[in-house]
Amino acid sequence: MLALNNVNVTFNTGTVNEVHALKNMNTLLEQGDFVVVVGGNGSGKSTMLNAVAGSYLVDSGKIVLDRTDVTWMSEHARAKYVGRVFQDPMRGTAPDMTIEENLALAYRRGSRRTFKRGIKAAERTHFRELLASLDLGLEDRLSTRIGLLSGGQRQAITLLMATLKKPRILLLDEHTAALDPKTAARVLEISVKLIEDDYLTTLMVTHNMGDAIKYGNRLVMMREGEILFEATGQQKKDLTVPELVDKFISAGVEVRA
Amino acid sequence: MLNIFAGAVGLGLIWAIVTSGIFISFRVLNMPDLSVEGSLVTGAAVAAMLIIAGAHPILALGGSALAGACAGLITGFLHTKLKIPALLSGILTMTALWSINLRIMDGRPNVPLLRVDTILTPLTNLGLTRDHAIIIIGLIAIIIVIAVQRWFLTTEFGCALRATGNNPHMSTAQGINTDLMKVAGLACANSLVGLAGGLLAQYQGFVDVQMGIGAIVIGLASLIIGEVIFGRTTLLRSMIAVALGAIVYRCIIALVLEAGLAATDLRLFTAITVAIALWMPTARTQIDTISRRVRNKGSSFSDGPRPSFALFPGSSRQKPGKGDH
Repeated sequence: MLALNNVNVTFNTGTVNEVHALKNMNTLLEQGDFVVVVGGNGSGKSTMLNAVAGSYLVDSGKIVLDRTDVTWMSEHARAKYVGRVFQDPMRGTAPDMTIEENLALAYRRGSRRTFKRGIKAAERTHFRELLASLDLGLEDRLSTRIGLLSGGQRQAITLLMATLKKPRILLLDEHTAALDPKTAARVLEISVKLIEDDYLTTLMVTHNMGDAIKYGNRLVMMREGEILFEATGQQKKDLTVPELVDKFISAGVEVRA
Repeated sequence: MLNIFAGAVGLGLIWAIVTSGIFISFRVLNMPDLSVEGSLVTGAAVAAMLIIAGAHPILALGGSALAGACAGLITGFLHTKLKIPALLSGILTMTALWSINLRIMDGRPNVPLLRVDTILTPLTNLGLTRDHAIIIIGLIAIIIVIAVQRWFLTTEFGCALRATGNNPHMSTAQGINTDLMKVAGLACANSLVGLAGGLLAQYQGFVDVQMGIGAIVIGLASLIIGEVIFGRTTLLRSMIAVALGAIVYRCIIALVLEAGLAATDLRLFTAITVAIALWMPTARTQIDTISRRVRNKGSSFSDGPRPSFALFPGSSRQKPGKGDH
């Protein structure tokens, strides 16, 4: 469960470039909610995700994750509860470390890093099974450097890393936007499978209106730091791409379907 | 001739420890740390003063490592807490250490270690020369250093340290306190440099407040030479390679001095070596670009204006060797 209460975020405070990126944001995600966030550039989608993750501290308001108030918790401490996948496939993995080393790092998210072995033999077997489930042929390449993999493969591994230790909230920030259409579809499929298997509470930002309608149980449209429109359940299922595009256009946002 | 090399290898083994420290800051943490120029002297000064005060030479080395680690902590604090750029943090620490080192040395710029027992004494008492004794001690030291480093860097903590240098965004997202890692890494790196300083003082028989000048460049030269010659495919291999690089570097220096290079020109020589070595990865692409231009010159210029697709270097590229036979 994630709750945002009256969250405000401002950039460049006190200058001519002041941007009120989130305005009195209020939202509540129940356990297992899969919320798709859409909106134009600068609408505050990414700011909201970054505020939840702790990359930016908020000006005011409160962020609660499963009854833990995380508003003033540092980003790395908050990572205990948060799984993240970034838009840039290069950002989510350490390129000079091997696949198994990256997974082992993620497996210790939220625990103290001790002077025990970095990877245990039993973990290797576990990782191999997880990689096999991705169906990308990575299960036999545990000791391959991540930097040698393609963007799609890296993004799939980042997804695995984000969900390896079940997070209280999974944040997907346009995580398929940098991939070719076929790979993007495959990575999205993997995401949905991981989310459904573990019943993960998820916030996913996307620019693809088709995906926004197809996936998730709630849809949120943002503009200028506020929620403009929200659809849930049947109402969301009944949405069509042209309708959604119309809503965008009437809100003064330019989009391509 | 052999004598020159005995000295070079002995000195190289001590510098191999410095290079192992620089490997942690420069390669693992991806951070150029200039504080080594100061922490090397700090380690040497602490060892010398402890030995003069009657401490056991090995205990003195412990003091050197500890003092070096403190220097690393200061650089780490400046960089992570005060958010001063890494390069500048190192320079600040190095500058401050100059004064601190003189304090440790009782205000004297040079402290000789005369008529005292050093770590070499048990071996020289057996009839070994100082050069041979330091080879044995240096070899034992570097093997211990590499073994410990290899163990450390594959622990959970060590993996987190490597991830921090490799991708800080990912590290934070995986719950790693990257600031803590940077401080810890800099402390480790400088403790090794301090340890090397302690050995150097005992081998040379003196501490000079100037002895650290150029240490970072010598360390980088050794590191790069080692990586180029011995490869860096695995972690262990890289660590052995950079240690060997330090020995090769010392041998090269011994050779060029023997060939008649003035000792005062050494730093120029080292700086040029490092500049060329750092340029190498870029040089490869530059040479490749030039050769592609030369290869394509005939077709694109003789046929009038360059075809527009030549804007994309890849598309107008001719396969080398096609039509040659």
